[in-house]
Amino acid sequence: MGTEAATGSAVRSALVEARGLSKQYVQRSPFSRKRFVIDALIDVDFRVAPTCLTALVGESGSGKSTLAGCLALLEKPDRGGIWFAGNEVSGCGARELAALRPRIQMVFQDSAGALNPRLPAGQLIAEPLEIQGRETGKNLRARACELMEEVGLSADWVDRRPLEFSGGQRQRLALARALALKPEFLILDESLSGLDLSTQAQILNLLLDLQARHALTYLLVSHDLGLVGQVADFVAVMHRGAVVEQGTRQDVFGRPAHPHTRQLLNSCRGIESAFRSARSGGRS
Amino acid sequence: MKYLERRVVHGMLLLIAVSILCFLFADLAPGSFFDEMKLNPQISSETVAALRSQYGLDQPLPVRYGRWVKSVLRGDLGYSFAYNTPVRSLLVIRARNTLLLTTSATLVAWLIAIPLGVWIASRSGGWEERLAMAGTSFFLSVPELVVALVLLYWVVRTHALPAGGMMSVDFDDLGAWAKLCDLAAHFVVPVTVLVLASLPILIRHVRASMVEVLGAQFIQAARGHGIGRLRILFHYALPVAANPLISLFGLSLAGLLSSSLLVEVVMGWPGLGPLLLEASISRDVYVVVGAVMASTLFMILGGILADVMLVVVDPRVRVE
Repeated sequence: MGTEAATGSAVRSALVEARGLSKQYVQRSPFSRKRFVIDALIDVDFRVAPTCLTALVGESGSGKSTLAGCLALLEKPDRGGIWFAGNEVSGCGARELAALRPRIQMVFQDSAGALNPRLPAGQLIAEPLEIQGRETGKNLRARACELMEEVGLSADWVDRRPLEFSGGQRQRLALARALALKPEFLILDESLSGLDLSTQAQILNLLLDLQARHALTYLLVSHDLGLVGQVADFVAVMHRGAVVEQGTRQDVFGRPAHPHTRQLLNSCRGIESAFRSARSGGRS
Repeated sequence: MKYLERRVVHGMLLLIAVSILCFLFADLAPGSFFDEMKLNPQISSETVAALRSQYGLDQPLPVRYGRWVKSVLRGDLGYSFAYNTPVRSLLVIRARNTLLLTTSATLVAWLIAIPLGVWIASRSGGWEERLAMAGTSFFLSVPELVVALVLLYWVVRTHALPAGGMMSVDFDDLGAWAKLCDLAAHFVVPVTVLVLASLPILIRHVRASMVEVLGAQFIQAARGHGIGRLRILFHYALPVAANPLISLFGLSLAGLLSSSLLVEVVMGWPGLGPLLLEASISRDVYVVVGAVMASTLFMILGGILADVMLVVVDPRVRVE
């Protein structure tokens, strides 16, 4: 969580900003000429403040992951623009995109699916470093070991493959890989879902520690309002492809303006107690 | 290693079972090689009976099977009535010709199918994919025989290539380079037929495996790390998609001796196909049994080789 001062300055300048973003998915029926159009994003305006944790919440199918994919520059919006550090990036060519990618990284929900099952942990972390020309030769392995230790994984496991790690360890591994390129903006797409409460809290602590150390900007995509209520500086609520409410956590949670936000808050289930106990244990 | 030993033992048991079934079915079929001789008034029934006795056909089935097993252990694989020679010497020459044809066709088909299937998968949802799927559906629905006949018709009309056989009549008089060119020219039509027959299945398998993997999050993650398209396709996705393809490759190897029989007959290729057809018609039992056993051996070896390749290529197979 950022401080109030940081929050105040963040409101003025956004690290990432989306304006009028729209995205449709079209599915064709295999038996007829029928086309099914799904409006995943409808004219979305969205801001992510620097060095803060912005949460994107909403029910399943509300368009959170599509927006995250667009902001990670992995999906192309049909309309609208995306600005990163003041520059428009949505129309970038392949070369400019290649230069931008290390600055924006994403950690996915399914860590088993997000890590190449064939490659050992060390190589998984080292490959982006090698491709981007950050490290070479023996330094690659050493840097991979360093990153593993930074996220709380033993460097002795550098030759293990993803399936030999537990779910929580794999998520740490995915985090180490995302951090390898020293990104400024880290998108956590439901990265804590599917983990048990204690592992969730441990990884959350790790994320907050890393944020403090590396001045990271987070976008946490989640449908868990309890979790978001504990850590977010800013919250945006999505419903049927549109951002229906956006503001500081205190505003959104304290004075929800949109009926959908109120509905979500009513159905929220927290992990507050588990988080608090894990955090107090981790910091002692 | 224990697994490999177990597979070899299973394979040997399978070979024994197939050989017993072959003998049983051959015995159930009416008539024998010498029955047609009875129709010839110049050959007396005593001569036919003497020939039957000479080749052991008057013995009960278990005795004939025992004799055949002994001959297999000697390496002869029985005796051909029609060619008056041990089956092994017949099979070796014919199987070599068949293998020459099928190995080339299999190699060409895979060399085309992998890059083409990967490319089609990378164009998933586009017109290129729809065109490729329509093309493969067409070739899947056209029987191999029709493709062979159409190509033969074209070759006969245009004289662009030799229509049938493995070499020209004057092959022995040609120089080394001319011999090679002559062989290559005779290869084109049968290899094309075999490639067109297997290519649609291979392309569809490669595409299906790749589409599944390309939708995985680790591919998106790799894109997010700035890893290039070609590297993602061939270094990330293809190895992960390879397992079902390796099993399919094992099947391709398994079919090396049996997949081209029909094409060989139509194209006059001096391989196992025409030999097996003649032997079946004339009830030259040991040749049929020998050819079936050779095909079974390839099936078993293909399966074992595919399993070994899986272990070599995918480290998870060992870990799990």
